[in-house]
Amino acid sequence: MLIAEIFDRCRALVDDTDLSTVAAWKAAHPGAKAIGCFPVYVPTELVHAAGMLPVGLVGGGGHIEMDHADSLVQSFVCSISRSTLELGMTGRFRNLDGLLFPSICDVARNLSGMCSRNFPALWVDYIHLPQNRASAGVVDYYRSELARVQVGLDVLAGRTTTFDALAASIQAFNQQRAVLRDLHAFRRSFPWLLSTEELHLLTNAGSVLDVAEHTNLLQETLNLLSMRKGKPKDRIRVLLEGAFCEQPPLELMKAIEEAGCWIVEDDLLLGRRWLATDVTLNGDPLRALAESYVRQDTVSSVRHERPRRRADSLVERAREARVDGVLLCSAKFCEPALFDQVLLRNALEQAGIPHLALEFEEKMGVFETPRTQVETFVESILFA
Amino acid sequence: MALYQDLGRNLQKDLLAKWYGDLALANERKEPVAYLFVSGNVEELLQAYGFHLVYPEINALQCGIKKAAGGFIQKAEEAGYSSDVCGYVKNDVGIALAGGKWPLGNLPKPDLLVCTYAGCTTYMKWFEALAQHFECPLFVLDVPFVRDEDVPAADIAYVVTQLRELSVLCQAVTGRTLSEERLRELVRLSAEAEDLWVRVLEMAKRRPSPLDGFFEAVFFMAPINVLRGTPECVAYYEGVLREMEERVSLGIGPIPEEKFRVVLEGPPPWPHFRAFWDLFKRWGVTCVASTYPRVGGIWDWGMRHDPERPWESIATHAMNGYTNWNLARRQAMMRRFVAEYHADALVLHSVKSCRAFSMGMADTRELFLREDRLPALFIESDLADPRYFSEAQLRTRVDAFFEALEHRRSARV
Repeated sequence: MLIAEIFDRCRALVDDTDLSTVAAWKAAHPGAKAIGCFPVYVPTELVHAAGMLPVGLVGGGGHIEMDHADSLVQSFVCSISRSTLELGMTGRFRNLDGLLFPSICDVARNLSGMCSRNFPALWVDYIHLPQNRASAGVVDYYRSELARVQVGLDVLAGRTTTFDALAASIQAFNQQRAVLRDLHAFRRSFPWLLSTEELHLLTNAGSVLDVAEHTNLLQETLNLLSMRKGKPKDRIRVLLEGAFCEQPPLELMKAIEEAGCWIVEDDLLLGRRWLATDVTLNGDPLRALAESYVRQDTVSSVRHERPRRRADSLVERAREARVDGVLLCSAKFCEPALFDQVLLRNALEQAGIPHLALEFEEKMGVFETPRTQVETFVESILFA
Repeated sequence: MALYQDLGRNLQKDLLAKWYGDLALANERKEPVAYLFVSGNVEELLQAYGFHLVYPEINALQCGIKKAAGGFIQKAEEAGYSSDVCGYVKNDVGIALAGGKWPLGNLPKPDLLVCTYAGCTTYMKWFEALAQHFECPLFVLDVPFVRDEDVPAADIAYVVTQLRELSVLCQAVTGRTLSEERLRELVRLSAEAEDLWVRVLEMAKRRPSPLDGFFEAVFFMAPINVLRGTPECVAYYEGVLREMEERVSLGIGPIPEEKFRVVLEGPPPWPHFRAFWDLFKRWGVTCVASTYPRVGGIWDWGMRHDPERPWESIATHAMNGYTNWNLARRQAMMRRFVAEYHADALVLHSVKSCRAFSMGMADTRELFLREDRLPALFIESDLADPRYFSEAQLRTRVDAFFEALEHRRSARV
């Protein structure tokens, strides 16, 4: 396959809000079920191990009309919760059998309850991800939470997940994460050969593909990328932070890059690579998964960190990626991101790293304003 | 003759004056100060170590009532806080930026921040910011959300483990050791106050009700949330109960004539409390039960602190506050209130500041309208930010709703 064809395929997969890919997967796997997983991070290994397809929920993008959800969701709530509800209310979850929500914010918490009531045909569960990572009881707690969710999935699937099956699923996701890491490293070194829009399409295509198929697709792309030709342009390197849950429109990423930036580091679709290193298998795979979540050092607005850690880690990442500036780019009304922005901005000031705040919504249609903002930002850096 | 009327108000004035007076001197006297939240609060443990307790949420609501919130919120926005985030946080950050000077004097600096992550993610962001501002230790007590019909034993065990760890931290901060006996005594007194508080709330089951289960209850609830574990708190609720019993015997109520009984969901708009209450009073509305007084704990159906199991009962209590319950449980609770308190309607007050409350409210309205055929009114303003209150608009909606209700009632007769 040509690399352009791969991106076309990814775009088709990502644009398909009817989840027909999921329907096709189910047709090929008679009796198997599919579970929608809300961002940011859900342990999809559990779903996979139960013989089901974990489907990444990423909102409705700019693709769907809001005919029902607006009457149930106030104007001060983020787009992804609204569009997720709309997708369900317009029958687009018909190929799903359940939904899993993680404890990321106050909106997602109640959204899980709304989905549970409005979509009675779906099995809906809520995972309370641990916040006190310093506690001696945290791994035991989280292991039991994973076990609880696993039982729910098993009941739905009508089978029992064995440790071996879970270990195999963990390995499959380890492989996927490894290729994702390679792709991110590639973009960091050669951003002119892999745009952020392309990397996002590649990653997001995994929302509806089986993990093995997605990993193959990523690997194939990586092989093709090394043969891709292109020349670096005179652009500044930036880090984009704050879009860990709701995703900015692809046009916005494109507008940012065209305005004179290479996005070389970001927290887009962060959950897909939340576990930054392999989950080490050693006996009990549930415990391995629990320990991995607790011990790994991914820093984000949706998980508590000791004071200063959140801000310090951003500065560290900015320095490691040798960026010229940081874009604090968050979804409108996203409280976790907006609260953190104050601390992050102060830290960037202190570290002398230029920064710009941008807000986005799924339904935004005009990108002239952010483009101009970014252009001005770029000029201020280039001609400083 | 009325002997006990206004007892609740007057006693509370004294209690809070003493509490804030002690707070103002705590730093100077080198006595330990802890900041904590209402939801999921573990004040018994902190009191056992002799901490003075500061509740930033209560300070924010006091600012609201005293019409001082706007200035503090603006100060925080000038420091970079978005207009779209919780007004309580901005109010409190505004106070911190003003060096603790606020309408009731001076707030002490904390020696310890205890964030109960109990159904509110904003809590965490709030204390992360304060920890950086005050450069003092922050303990996040991770309280699992009540997400299922049963609470898993592992959840309780996790919270108890953390409470023991918090206790070690308290020891380090205060240099004091814990007396289990003192903890048991605090917990026992809490349970006693909880019994009395539930009896007060349940007075509103009477027809007419002697108590407004929202507009008065959100005021009477202060001691159960901030002074639990003290003999004064128990005495306070004995007083309030006496006041309510006397109201019954004298035929006094919160309004001259009760015409409608409603259940109210959501927080009050503190900066416009009187104006908001007036919207309902003029229609003869008594709120017989409401969800806001259950933020600090849902004691209605038997949950109590227990001196036989102090740690486990503190953990259970931390989990069972209103916002830490999933939507289905909350909706079931409102249904129960409607039935047990004989309500004619449900009023939902959505506030921008608090998504933990507001997200899902329109869905609750649908549930009651469609499945229960119960009239339900949905209105919006804010609990903290005085800018989000349109009295004319609210009045139009409230009037239209009760006019229709009145019409329906007279048509039935």
